[in-house]
Parts: sequence; structure tokens; C-alpha cells
Amino acid sequence: MVKKKTESIHVPDAPHRPGDETKFEQWSWKPEDLNRLDIECSVDDAINHATGLVRVLDDDHEAKGEWNPNLTSEELILGLEHMLRMRIFDERMMKMQRTGKLSFYMRSFGEEAIAIAQTMALKNQDWLFPTYRQPGAQFVRGRDMVSMICHCIGNEEDNVKGRQMPVHYTYREGRYISVSSPVGTQFSQAVGVALASKYKELDEVTITWIGDGASAEGDYHYALNFASIFKAPVILNVVNNQWAISTHSNFASNNQNFAIRGIPYGIPSIRVDGNDFLALYSVTKWARERAAKNLGPTHIEVLTYRAGAHSSSDDPSRYRPKDSNDFWPGGDPIERLKLHLVQTNNWSEKMHKELEERIDSEVMDAYKEAVKFGDLANGPYPSSDAIFTEVYETPPWHLLEQWDEMKRWRDE
Amino acid sequence: MPNMNMVQSVNSALDNMLSRDSDIVIFGEDVGYFGGVFRTSDGLQEKHGKHRVFDSPLSEGGIAATAFGMGINGLRPVVEIQFADYIFPAYDQIVNEMAKVRHRSGGEFWCPVTIRTPAGGGIRGGHHHSQSPESQFTHTPGLKVVYCSTPFNSKGLLISAIEDNDPVIFFEPKRCYRGPFYGDPHNVPTWKEHPEAEVPESYYKIPLGEARLAMEGDKCTVIAWGTMVHVAEQAIRNSGISCDLLDLQTLVPWDREAVVSSIEKTGRCVVVHEAPKTSGFGAEMVASIQERCFYHLESPIERVTGWDTPFPHTTEWDYMPSPSRIAEAILKTQEE
Repeated sequence: MVKKKTESIHVPDAPHRPGDETKFEQWSWKPEDLNRLDIECSVDDAINHATGLVRVLDDDHEAKGEWNPNLTSEELILGLEHMLRMRIFDERMMKMQRTGKLSFYMRSFGEEAIAIAQTMALKNQDWLFPTYRQPGAQFVRGRDMVSMICHCIGNEEDNVKGRQMPVHYTYREGRYISVSSPVGTQFSQAVGVALASKYKELDEVTITWIGDGASAEGDYHYALNFASIFKAPVILNVVNNQWAISTHSNFASNNQNFAIRGIPYGIPSIRVDGNDFLALYSVTKWARERAAKNLGPTHIEVLTYRAGAHSSSDDPSRYRPKDSNDFWPGGDPIERLKLHLVQTNNWSEKMHKELEERIDSEVMDAYKEAVKFGDLANGPYPSSDAIFTEVYETPPWHLLEQWDEMKRWRDE
Repeated sequence: MPNMNMVQSVNSALDNMLSRDSDIVIFGEDVGYFGGVFRTSDGLQEKHGKHRVFDSPLSEGGIAATAFGMGINGLRPVVEIQFADYIFPAYDQIVNEMAKVRHRSGGEFWCPVTIRTPAGGGIRGGHHHSQSPESQFTHTPGLKVVYCSTPFNSKGLLISAIEDNDPVIFFEPKRCYRGPFYGDPHNVPTWKEHPEAEVPESYYKIPLGEARLAMEGDKCTVIAWGTMVHVAEQAIRNSGISCDLLDLQTLVPWDREAVVSSIEKTGRCVVVHEAPKTSGFGAEMVASIQERCFYHLESPIERVTGWDTPFPHTTEWDYMPSPSRIAEAILKTQEE
């Protein structure tokens, strides 16, 4: 065999690995760069918005440009409060994980604005179909923190009865659909949820999220195609936090822009600054208006950065520079909204500190309340009868027999 | 009572259900305008509207995912996967999502989806239009698995499957759409004159989980599903042995009571399926039967199945269990 003189398979690498200098080049766009699109815009009208970056808060924390949603200071302070609640909650849960009170945990660190701003921009009847990185939506929908903790520590009051890993919340009352571990499956399912609302002629929109990594799954493409063809009232977000555990987003797409992929599917697509509460709110509200007016789906790339580890089982210093967080592209979403509020004389460092303290004790109180129903280290756990219930609406004979057998061993 | 073939009876079940329940929507590849490649949804779009019976992209994963989303948001989708061989892009959505959502959500969400899919060989379909992948679904907790065999039971079972609040995989033996198949490819009758082709136009149900006694006898129990029910019927006649023929109808949950009481009577058993032998559902039957009926058994249980190979194209009659192979197995159970 004659060998051609050529290189072997091209395998991409992350732009920086441990020991490399960290450099980020996104976020150079300014709020004035992009006009506000008409909701009846054509797909081509959105090309600049898919390749650019919609921002409202500029580098000096001023709200500018046509995408400014002009929210009241009360609304902004509520958003700030929810984001802070998410961060403090995550910190507390992470500590509990380290002491063995939880089996596993996943923080939203650096991505708090996404679920919170986007859910605040929707109506309460809208369906949320999240990944494990959008638990903050539940705060917006009023979920009791005690019940969230009970799920995470898998105690007697866990509403999913000890069947799912922590952070895989279900909260039907808040229209927050059950989180599933296989990444991406919710994206295509969300189109079905939206089509059911449409079939029932209800004013309901469905929003869903997928990571940059999972956008390489077939489900991402099924979702875009079905949503576009059937004109589903759905908001399809690719949260590009640039890392899927250790796999850089350049393995999910050789084109380092995810928003643009919606254009050939015939879906208006926008890239938005994921660390900018105001821009996220504005773009989502715009997408909701389109969906409600029967103009079909919107595809959004939410550009952000996974500031922390993938999960409690992950150590990112093994695969990316230790200091990458110091360069935090896009900045801290909480700090950015805070400084904006301070600058407009609606907030102060003192008020911020007081809010942090209030939330901290709220989380501590909730934790103390939750552990009254048990924790992972010590129990009590949900009854193991829950292994056999809700597999089917009614357990068939073979499950009943196995259930009896389990009880015999358990109760002996 | 009208005489229907299985295409007409499936169509009648879908038609009845569309009329009864406005939450039912039907979609899949070619099912809308054209009425399905096997014609099972013929005329339904015209009668019930484009928003209720429609075509989908060629995307089994997308069909299953969309059905899942509709199901958890209050609809009752009935989707078609054109051939069971093409169900695998939807496997994750079926196995990890549909089957688990009631459990994983603590009962807050559930998924009343029916997936209809033509399965099995005998139509010269080669290895990708002939497979019978039931055991790849019977191994998944949370799913119900049904395999019909006649015009009468396909309609009654399909209506039960659609009304069930759990996801159901509904296999239709495509070889039997237009007639029962007795194992002779040169002599395939239509459903005309067959008692099981007497199908009421109106709504009726056959409960899931119950087997059908297709023939009654006392020397051997033959268990089969799908096309093999008819092939086994021919085999029993050829063997001259008096047999109970149990058409299992539902594989999960299967009718153990019917199986056990028949074997307690006959003391002998043959299990027949056209899917490959290794890890086939026949293995589950044999294991369960020996647990329950060991002291009633007079001879080893026989299995007659497809081979552990891909399904062939031109030589499919040497692959599928034939009346002769099944008859030989029946006779073997009679040896002292």
C-alpha cells in the first residue's frame, strides 16, 4: 500500500487548556449595534441578529439600545433577588454535598440570569422544559425552597419519591416539566408540548433549553425541523456555556455560532448575551409575542460561560486553565444587574448586603426545615414501595409479585 | 356484521376513536393525505381534519418526541412508525422518556401515547422490512406491548391501547393485513370467510393482558403471537395432535393465568415466535412456565423461532418458523 503524505484525522482541541493563557473574544458587541426586530420579520432579517449579539447593558452598566425592555426598578430588583437566591442556594447545597448530605449537585453559577430573566418574561401559563441548569425558573414560579431541598436530599418529602438524582426537579404546579438526564430529549419534546397547546387553542407558549454540547444530538435537529414545519409556539434556546464537561463547544459545531443554525431551518434566530438580564428578558418577551401571534418558533443562542464545574463530580482544572473564571467572559450576571441598579440610584451596596443576608437565612431556615423530613446520609428516605408505584398507572401482576418479594426481604 | 381485513379493522378502530375523543391526534410518515403505505389511515384525514390526522417528517425520533410532548400536555397521540425496523431512532424517546416519565416525575406527568408499527416477515421485505423487535420493548418497565393477529382482535386491542394511560407499543403483523397466513407463500387466502374477520363497525374493546384461546385441545399448549398464530394453527392441524393454541395478544403484561391453566391441562408446551431465539420473548415464557408448571410438565418445553441471524430477503421461508418445524416440535413434546 502506498501511503499518502498527509495528516491523520483532524481532532479539534479547546482554545485553551491547563497552562495556556486564557483569552476570550466574544462580547465585543454594543447595545446600539443591533436594531429591534419587528415580530413579523423574515428569517433573513434576523441574520445579523444571529451572527451578532443582542445586549442591553453596556460595559459601563448602562441600559441602552432598541432592545431595552424598560423594566421598572421593582421588576429589576425582583430579578436580582431571584438570581441571588439561586446563587446562595447553590452554594449551600454544594456545601451539603461535600458533607455527604446530597449524592450529587449541579450549580447554575454564572448562568443564573438565563432561566430567571427568561421565565420572568413569560406568562404563568407558559410551559418550561428545562435542563438541569435552569432550576432558577422555579423561584420565579413560586416554588417553596423547602420542597426543592427535600428533592435534592432525597428525603421522605421528595416529590419524585427518591427516584431521580438531585437537581432533576419536577414542579407541575409551576408548569416546570420533569428534568431528564439524557441530554437534549426535552428539546424535541417541547415542540410536542407547544403543539398540544396550539391544538387546544390556548394562549400558552413553551420554552425549552439545550446546552451547546447536547445540540449535537439528533433531538436538537428534530426540534428545529418539527417546530418550523408545524409552526409551533415554542422558544428554542441553545445555552452556549462553551463547555460540555471537558468537551469544548468546538466539538458540537465547527461553526462557532449556534444561533445561525436556525436560519436554514426557516426560524428567525437571535444570539443574546446570556449574562445580561435585560437583553435576555427582552429577546424572550419578543419571542413570546411572535409565538402568541402564530408566527411560529424562535431560535435563540444564549451566549454565556460555565463559570463553575459541570457538577460536584467534576474538576475543571483538569481540562481548562484554572484562571479561566477570572476572565469570566460577559462578566457576572448578578454583578452587572446590581451595578446597573446602583448606577440608576435604585440600589446600594448596603441594600445588596442586607438582601444577601436575608436570603442566606431564608436558605438556612429552609434547609433546617427540609432535614426534619430526613437527609441522604441518615434518612428517612421515601418508602421503597415507590420503586413499584407509578411505573404504570396500575401495577400489573408481575410488578405486584415482585413488590411482595421485595417487601418480604425488606421487612424481615 | 361486516367482513373486514386487518387494514380495515385498524382503520375502523382509529376512526371510532377520533370520533369519540377530541384529544386524539394521529400522525406519522405518509399517514395523512395518502392514508398510510398500508392504507390503515385511509380517508381519516378527509373525515376528521388535517389538524387531527397528518403527515410528519421522516424522523422517527422526532415523531416519538413530539408525541411525548403532546401526551404530557393533555393529548392522546396515536403515531405510526412505518416499519418496526425503523423504530430505533425513536428508541431513546420510547425507552428513556415515555416509559419513565410517570415514575420519574412522581406521577405529576404521564404519557398516554400509542405507537402502532407494522412488524414481522413474509412480505419479501429483507432484513429491514421484516423484523419483529418485540423483545426490545418487553424488557423496558413502563411500556405495555401488544401484538395483534386478526381483524377482530386488532380493533379491540387497539382501542384498549389508545385508551390506556400508559405508553403502548402496538405491533401489527403486516403479513396478515389482508389475510391470515398459514405458512404457504403460494397459497395466501384473504380474510373473507374467516370468523375473526367478522368485525363490528362500532366501538368495542379487548382488554390488554388477556390471551385468546384460538384452538382448544388437550395434548399440548402452543403459544404464539402475530403471524405465527396462524402458522401454528396450520402446524397443529398437520400434526394431528389436539392442542390448545394461545394467541398471547399482550406481551406486557402477559396472561400467565391462561398459560398456566392450559399447561396444567396438557402438560406439554411449544412457544413460537418469528423473532430471533436468543433473548426472544419465548425465553421469558419458558422461564416463567417452568417456575409455575414444573411438576405438570411431561416433556421439555420446545421453542420454534427465527434464527439468530439477520432476516433474509429471497430465502425468508427458510428463516420463518414453518408449519413443519412447529409440527415437529409439537410431536417431540408427545414423546414418552
